[in-house]
Amino acid sequence: MKIRFTTAGDTAFNVEFGEAIDRATNARVMALHARLKAEPPAGLVETVPTFRSLLVVYDPVATGRGEMQAAVEAALAGSDAAASEGRLWRLPVCYDPDLGPDLAELAGGLGLTTERVAELHGSAEYFVYMLGFMPGFGYMGDLPAELERPRRTEPRVRVPAGSVAVAGRLTTVYPWESPGGWHLIGRCPVPLYDSGRADPVLLAAGDRVRFETVDRAAFDGIAQAVAAGRFDPASLRTAS
Amino acid sequence: MSAFLTVVRPGLFATIQDLGRFGFQELGMPVAGALDPVALRLANALVGNPQGMAGLEIALLGPVLRVDAASVRIAAVGPLAMTLEREGEASRPLEPHRSHSLRQGDLLRLGAVDGASVAYLAVAGGFALAPVMGSLSTYVRAGIGPLGGRPLGQDDRLPLVRDSAPIGPPDEQELELPQPPEYGVGPLRVVLGPQDDRFTEQALATFLSARYHVGKQADRMGLRLEGPALKHRGSADIPSDGLVTGSIQVPGNGQPILLLNDHQTAGGYAKIATVISADLPRAGRLRPGDRLSFQAVTVDEAEAIRRRQEQAISGWIRAIRPVRPAGGIDLEALYAENLISGTVDIVNGGSDLPLV
Repeated sequence: MKIRFTTAGDTAFNVEFGEAIDRATNARVMALHARLKAEPPAGLVETVPTFRSLLVVYDPVATGRGEMQAAVEAALAGSDAAASEGRLWRLPVCYDPDLGPDLAELAGGLGLTTERVAELHGSAEYFVYMLGFMPGFGYMGDLPAELERPRRTEPRVRVPAGSVAVAGRLTTVYPWESPGGWHLIGRCPVPLYDSGRADPVLLAAGDRVRFETVDRAAFDGIAQAVAAGRFDPASLRTAS
Repeated sequence: MSAFLTVVRPGLFATIQDLGRFGFQELGMPVAGALDPVALRLANALVGNPQGMAGLEIALLGPVLRVDAASVRIAAVGPLAMTLEREGEASRPLEPHRSHSLRQGDLLRLGAVDGASVAYLAVAGGFALAPVMGSLSTYVRAGIGPLGGRPLGQDDRLPLVRDSAPIGPPDEQELELPQPPEYGVGPLRVVLGPQDDRFTEQALATFLSARYHVGKQADRMGLRLEGPALKHRGSADIPSDGLVTGSIQVPGNGQPILLLNDHQTAGGYAKIATVISADLPRAGRLRPGDRLSFQAVTVDEAEAIRRRQEQAISGWIRAIRPVRPAGGIDLEALYAENLISGTVDIVNGGSDLPLV
């Protein structure tokens, strides 16, 4: 698809690479993001990658739309090299019913057993398309087609932090307690946002994630280690 | 000696804010920052600070602060009532839009904010607080920023960079803005898009002609507007993309939401338009019940308006002058007044666009 520029006022514009949520489109977003980050044009404030577009934020006092769009077009022409491959994380998840209160209902709606839902969810490698909604909230895909369901019709007012959830062809781990409309199927004991860490946000757009099923004892053990400050999230990262 | 402003009473919602936490939106980190950056910049200028230094953003009702420092110079900009209580003296009101020097033990009572959603207090030298991700802005929803990312609380101590400011005879070294900043009147100016093509012609015409008012759900994240519903062509949903302060998103119910500084970094509702940067301070000052309407401009026009606004702000800062002595005609002040008018004429010359 032809690249499209859409306007977000006099401080930003979107570079749209398509309409669909897919890896190929997102790879182009991430490639431009990486390139502008490596060689930022004068007046660039930051770039924000999303599923199929890159938001280019600039300082309208230091530069202007014409100048900034020209710089972005030059960056697009310069290289189509893929962004470097993201990190691979292995996130522990416990699918016990009290930690995944929607698991049974979701499984019923899909005509699957709860065990099969957990098995399918844990079988795929997910790609972090983007972060948003709240600090550290990753939109990860693609969920196996057998698990696809629209969001809950009635969003929850309070979703506990660490909840592992699915909606559409996406999955996530809630970094904070917050309202939310996704189906909660388990819980991850490792916080995806921790202000005590040098890098408080665990995931980055472009990273990959695998979920590893843990039982309740292992879940509790990790949760205790996290609470005591004895858990190093780098141990979840696999050299790739 | 360490120097503090101690929070004797926290008020209703006072937060430390600078001009925002940029550079981390790719991690989902909202920008936050001052809702009215013009007022914060001017308050800083009145106490000799760089314009972007962090100050106290005060909403609704301000805190009571005790000076636990040899002295401190402060200035407020915005519609804020202030009272000084000093031992052995009758309490007296303090004017905003000028600096004041406070002494050890003084109680500064910041009262109601009336006429806009927020006002700002700057202290000379700034607060000695550690930036979080490069910024002292407070994002309360996730507890990010100084003071644990929350509003001022009882007995909080706000450490000051400077433990004293020189104090001379009363009013001798104090500075004032000759007049409060002007925010302009008339419609808020917007650039249509990024998804104006998701709305019917009728919806676009309605958006640019109808009057809306700010609903009860209004906070640092955004303002829910109430007025004629705006119809989408098809669904209100788009693949989530980036948001900016000033984005006007329209969910399925057709009622627009004007996003402010604490907005999420990305969202999945079609956005009909974006408030131009020069009008964001005005938008940030809106309160529930306020009426507003919108006028479309091009990006080129928005850039020109913003440049003129920056010139106007520079003009206001250049016009900062020593506080006039009470009584008598101050020729110097009159002269300065003329200079200011001149600046304003230049700022508005050669354009039929509404003033900033």
